[in-house]
Amino acid sequence: MELLIKGGTVLDPVAGEITGKDILVSGGRIAGTGRDLVPGSAVEVLDASGKLVVPGLIDMHVHLREPGYEAKETIRTGTRAAARGGFTAVACMPNTSPVADTAALIRYILDTAREQGAAHVFPVGSITRGSKGKELAEMGDMRKAGAVAFSDDGMPVANAALMRRGMQYARMLGLPLISHCEDRELSSGGSMHEGYMSTVLGLKGIPASAEEVMVAREILLAEETGCRVHIAHVSTAGSVRLVREAKSRGIAVTAEVTPHHFTLTDEAVTGYNTSTKVNPPLRTAADVAAVKEGLADGTIDVIATDHAPHTVEEKDVEYERAPFGLVGLETAVGLVWTVLVETGVLTPLQAVTKMTLNPAKILNIPRGTLEPGVIADITVIDPDLSWTVDAGLFESKGRNTPFQGMKLKGQAYATVTGGWVRMLGGHVKDDHGGSPPC
Amino acid sequence: MGLGNKDVIGLRDVPAEEIRLILDTAEPMKEIIQRQIKKVPILRGRTVVTVFYEASTRTRASFELAAKYLSADTVGIAAATSSISKGESLKDTARTIAAMGVDLVVLRHPMAGAAELLGKTVKAAVINAGDGAHEHPTQALLDLYTVREKKGRLEGLKIAIIGDILHSRVARSDIWGFTRMGAEVRLAGPATLMPPGIEKLGAVVCETPEEALAGADVVIVLRIQLERQQEGLFPGLREYANLFGINRERLKLAARDALLMHPGPLNRGIEITTDIADGLQSVINEQVTNGVAVRMALLYLLIGGGGASGVAH
Repeated sequence: MELLIKGGTVLDPVAGEITGKDILVSGGRIAGTGRDLVPGSAVEVLDASGKLVVPGLIDMHVHLREPGYEAKETIRTGTRAAARGGFTAVACMPNTSPVADTAALIRYILDTAREQGAAHVFPVGSITRGSKGKELAEMGDMRKAGAVAFSDDGMPVANAALMRRGMQYARMLGLPLISHCEDRELSSGGSMHEGYMSTVLGLKGIPASAEEVMVAREILLAEETGCRVHIAHVSTAGSVRLVREAKSRGIAVTAEVTPHHFTLTDEAVTGYNTSTKVNPPLRTAADVAAVKEGLADGTIDVIATDHAPHTVEEKDVEYERAPFGLVGLETAVGLVWTVLVETGVLTPLQAVTKMTLNPAKILNIPRGTLEPGVIADITVIDPDLSWTVDAGLFESKGRNTPFQGMKLKGQAYATVTGGWVRMLGGHVKDDHGGSPPC
Repeated sequence: MGLGNKDVIGLRDVPAEEIRLILDTAEPMKEIIQRQIKKVPILRGRTVVTVFYEASTRTRASFELAAKYLSADTVGIAAATSSISKGESLKDTARTIAAMGVDLVVLRHPMAGAAELLGKTVKAAVINAGDGAHEHPTQALLDLYTVREKKGRLEGLKIAIIGDILHSRVARSDIWGFTRMGAEVRLAGPATLMPPGIEKLGAVVCETPEEALAGADVVIVLRIQLERQQEGLFPGLREYANLFGINRERLKLAARDALLMHPGPLNRGIEITTDIADGLQSVINEQVTNGVAVRMALLYLLIGGGGASGVAH
């Protein structure tokens, strides 16, 4: 079965923007591109006129929660949320139970994704055993099993000497370390950004320095070890400045920002909606302006969601008691278009590059373009569709979104994963089309 | 007129005219307290529940007496002796209480936002009796009442608040309340216990207690908790007493007729010396009396037919 995506405007980070080009998919790969391709008889046609055809979106920072926390999310539901949101691939963080710190667990995640997934899954292994920050995990074995990067994510390695050795080891393996930058002594007990709003609301604050001292540390260690380091969810103006300065000195550091950190400020915590409780916390308007500037000037390479589902019971409590995290897969495209593209912060092509080619390069996975021969991961975006966020329609088990009821412009229209149409018009196909080629 | 909201969560969003209404309403209430027969039938058939997740002597007794003086039926729930200690969530406790047909819930909770969460969950009126470091509106209202009664006005007065501002819900509610009524609020305390951005609430942050006290009409001394020292926020109580403790010498810096206030309970000899706590300028005991009057006023305005939710039931 072949698929013809017809009449859309193609945005390819490698080839640029081309209007009115059709894409023919065959055998799970992109077979050819051209104007007014004439479909054969056995061809399924996807009408993309008036829409943008882009490489399959990659979210390099999600939490699929399986194994261990299946009440929050599973590989099946998390990848369905990805497909609905326009993502054809996700990189999942290792803070499951048990922590993904061995080859066996990496294989378990990949096998489960192959059987039940609606998107490709690229597992991130832990840096230290159990993410306990005591001794290195078997990173070489995990790489062999399919891990694409290493991170202790929300349990950042506090010991600088151990992190340094982790970087030396990861450099040897050729894989990047992803660092959730947080000094947990500085952030201890905090629920939101430390500033005027935390004072008004009476919540313990997390100062910007809790993030920035660790960004500075990772940059210095990256410089010393030569390891590629990716700074997860940059949230402060100071972090943007540190990364910008490091890049200007040629240090192999990359960075990502989440849609919530370029959209919301700590004002959103007013009313104690626990869906605004996230780590790093929502910061100030000046920080939001700085991350947008960092996106525009290339300091920030990637837009990633840090999709972090929790159950209703866990979140429906006092603010301080609620876990950190919010779901992002199904609102990302709308927020990118509404907050960044419509306002001119990024061109559509820049936005797409930060969600496709750039994460693909960092994770060194063969994705991110629409050139003939590559795996047919394709997303069709309707940039003009106005819609209202309704968590009740989410494929994710998580309902913890701070964007409930928000009006957005721009939404994924179709997701083609490994040549299969996995989502069309917001509906994720129930039948599993067999294992998508990796 | 009545109150604009079903609940009293904090003073941040309460306009000056509403504060004035509450204080005016508290005046006849105080008169009731001073009678030999302290009972009026204003809230007969109404039910008030106090839910205390934190230890409290004066606030809880004050609310319960306020309700009883107005003839309401009262039930007190303390965390240690209820299902709360069995792990029941705040929302479920709230739903349980609501299902019993309660008219008003008074909540004291160690976490900021708890009262707002409760208010959104139940139809009954909710009064915040202190939520974490957020607000303690009835304490601020009784402070305002006490000052207005003694000074005859609030506008133009200089109010010094000394101590642990960071963890103080009383300080926050006092700052909102006093500045809204036209008073000037000055703050002093250890730099590690001064929250960021507090000046944006309308208060002036002073480097030393002396600076804050100079010519002050009212001195509000906050309680310092030993656990803050254990958290490493200041070196010790002895030094605290030396640097920030209010004693006779420091009090002399304030206006000659300055009022000395404290929300209680007192750490005598630490944040305040005994001689002045029991001295002529101290109105600490009157604060307690006025607390009952102000809470009676709020109960009346919220469920006694004087306020928004009185008709909603």
